[in-house]
Amino acid sequence: MKFKTFAAFVGPSIFLMLLFIAFPLISVFWQSFNVTQPLYEQIEVENCTPGFLTQTCETEIQTRPMLDENGDIITRTDFVGLQSYRNVLEMERFWTAVKDWSWSGIQSIDFWKALRFTLMFTLVTLPLVVGFGLAIALVINNAAKMIRGPVIFLSLLPFIITPVIGALSINWLFRGDGILTALLEWWLARDLALFAQAWTIELMMMFYRVWHVAPFAAIIFYAGLQTVNQDSLESAVIDGANRWQRLRLIIVPHLMPLIIFVAMIHLMDTYRVFEEVVGFRSQGYVISLQWLTYDFLTPNEAGIRSISRASASAMLTMIGIAILLVPLLKRTWRDHKGTH
Amino acid sequence: MKLKTILMAGAMSVAGSVATAECAFENTTELRSLTAGFEAWKAVTDAMAECGNFEANLDQEFREKQPEAFAADPSLYHIGGVANSTMIPLLNAGTIRPLNDLVEQYGQNLKPNQLITVGGDIMAIAMMVNNQHLMYREDILDDLGLDVPTTYDEVLAAAAVIEEAGVVDYPLGGTFMTGWNLGEEFVNMYLGEGGQFVDDNNMPTINNERGIASLEMMKALTEYMDPEYLVSDSTYVQQQFQQGKIAMANLWASRAGAMNDEAESQVVGLVKMASAPMGSEAPASSIWWDGIVIASNITDEEAEAAFRVAMEGIDSEMVQANQEAAVWLIDGYEPGDLAAGAAATAANGARPYPASGAMGIMHTALGNGIADYLNGNKDAETTLADIEAAYMTAAEEAGLIE
Repeated sequence: MKFKTFAAFVGPSIFLMLLFIAFPLISVFWQSFNVTQPLYEQIEVENCTPGFLTQTCETEIQTRPMLDENGDIITRTDFVGLQSYRNVLEMERFWTAVKDWSWSGIQSIDFWKALRFTLMFTLVTLPLVVGFGLAIALVINNAAKMIRGPVIFLSLLPFIITPVIGALSINWLFRGDGILTALLEWWLARDLALFAQAWTIELMMMFYRVWHVAPFAAIIFYAGLQTVNQDSLESAVIDGANRWQRLRLIIVPHLMPLIIFVAMIHLMDTYRVFEEVVGFRSQGYVISLQWLTYDFLTPNEAGIRSISRASASAMLTMIGIAILLVPLLKRTWRDHKGTH
Repeated sequence: MKLKTILMAGAMSVAGSVATAECAFENTTELRSLTAGFEAWKAVTDAMAECGNFEANLDQEFREKQPEAFAADPSLYHIGGVANSTMIPLLNAGTIRPLNDLVEQYGQNLKPNQLITVGGDIMAIAMMVNNQHLMYREDILDDLGLDVPTTYDEVLAAAAVIEEAGVVDYPLGGTFMTGWNLGEEFVNMYLGEGGQFVDDNNMPTINNERGIASLEMMKALTEYMDPEYLVSDSTYVQQQFQQGKIAMANLWASRAGAMNDEAESQVVGLVKMASAPMGSEAPASSIWWDGIVIASNITDEEAEAAFRVAMEGIDSEMVQANQEAAVWLIDGYEPGDLAAGAAATAANGARPYPASGAMGIMHTALGNGIADYLNGNKDAETTLADIEAAYMTAAEEAGLIE
């Protein structure tokens, strides 16, 4: 292909990638090293607010942003280096806690608390999603042709549900007076409060995520199962291999590229766990890295956001995902080189 | 065909609401408002709409939209609905105008305590107050021979008796949901102890005996609550009351009406209102107001029309038709039984919510930090020290402290 034709084909998508991926990334990167603040002045003012029947007036010192002649707030942007990262990571407190062997000390720092949960959530759900996905795929594959369509449809249902809605419904089902809690209480004949401690909430979050994502893995694996070489399977049967041996030695190796694909997608998705925290309203017990970024970005009552810390936290999340993907990417790279 | 019918019906209903002529004058300027979405605002904006050419936007996310929308030139809205704290960003950005002249010209019916003044300028017109105060099941307290508690120690004592008697699932309810609600509970307690959140230089001042006393009282209360208190917001506590699951709670005055809503409540007429329990210096509550502001980035003619329409919205006629919707500050309001708690709390000297930029940051830090103490992960002093540290980081980033 001529270079000109090639450029004409690729140009638009490169332009869009620059616009929607590279540019926002650079801007977040830049913001994480800078802090923009309004310039404040302190003034003494008398404020009057309503009591029920009378008015209460009090004089107080107020801090107010200064306005320029157009009535806009005067702001100043300073380069602060890694200060925002330091504010998020709180390394000093972290090392003090590490030296004291104090796990609760580490867990009292937001970032490390969020990282602990995010990593655990990611690494526990990964094998479960792959395992259940494969199991569902095998069930579909072995189902009679007649019912295969309906079985595929049913097993895909959880994946279709919008994540926030799914998390909310689990929340409502297991809340203090939810239907399923009531059922469990009746069955176990004891009072249950599943949202009153961290570990039950974390278990429900993992259950929800596996329930939600396993169908996606299943449908990918099911597609892969259609291409398994039937001849090798038949010869394995003749050689006296049982089901388990056939699965372990023929099917799984054949599906390996797909398993790695699913694992990569899952790692990237789960490290950004967010819907569960919001849907379960769990921030009193459990927070995730993505929720931390969101919390920094949410304006408080006075309209102030922590944009620099949010940017730093977003960059750290990206770095975290990159580190997690390294082993899988290395393997793919090796396989890729091996085939040529 | 069907879509057309629906569109026609929609157009008719809009036309219908515009055509009603209870308004004292006919408004010819296009006006828009952005307010919160609760019952009282619905009543007020409906009354404004009677003047014609008025579009109300009732939106619970108003606080995120207002600063940007009012900063546009011309402003996207003419009339805004604010509370103590949500007025701060607008005031700081200079996007709302002083109302002195307009009040002089058109505000004859306003009472002096409705005027929110900052440094001599009237910046907002308050229409209602709201605070958290004690609601209790009169029948349960009577049966057990208990007096209405006036301090939190008495609340704890009464809760112990109620738990012993086992008449409800949990003796107490509380709006302890992590985040804004939990922060507000601490604010109430700490104001009741006579505390101050930040000093004149915006440095935090909560790590002291008053702060520790407030935290300890909050923890003592949670012993008598549904163990899932960290996810319980105002609506949840309201439902606990309505379903007869709790006997007492410090709940918002604006929720009082729901106790007697026959469609939802199983305890109609049984829930009574009293002052918020006293801390050592004041009732453990903070007074909030809701009111109206007018944008600066609009023409003077538009501002005049907007103010006149706003005055129609908060006139006595509206109040007489909506007595139950809020604790109004407007002439013509007759406080009923349901407003007794809010009035008593104010009469006992509850302090206004100390809204400011620094307080906004403090409230967020409190809301995120207190759960660790209630969970037992940290002791009171560490919790307060950590909250102060979180406040310092955020305030430094915002430029409030050097």
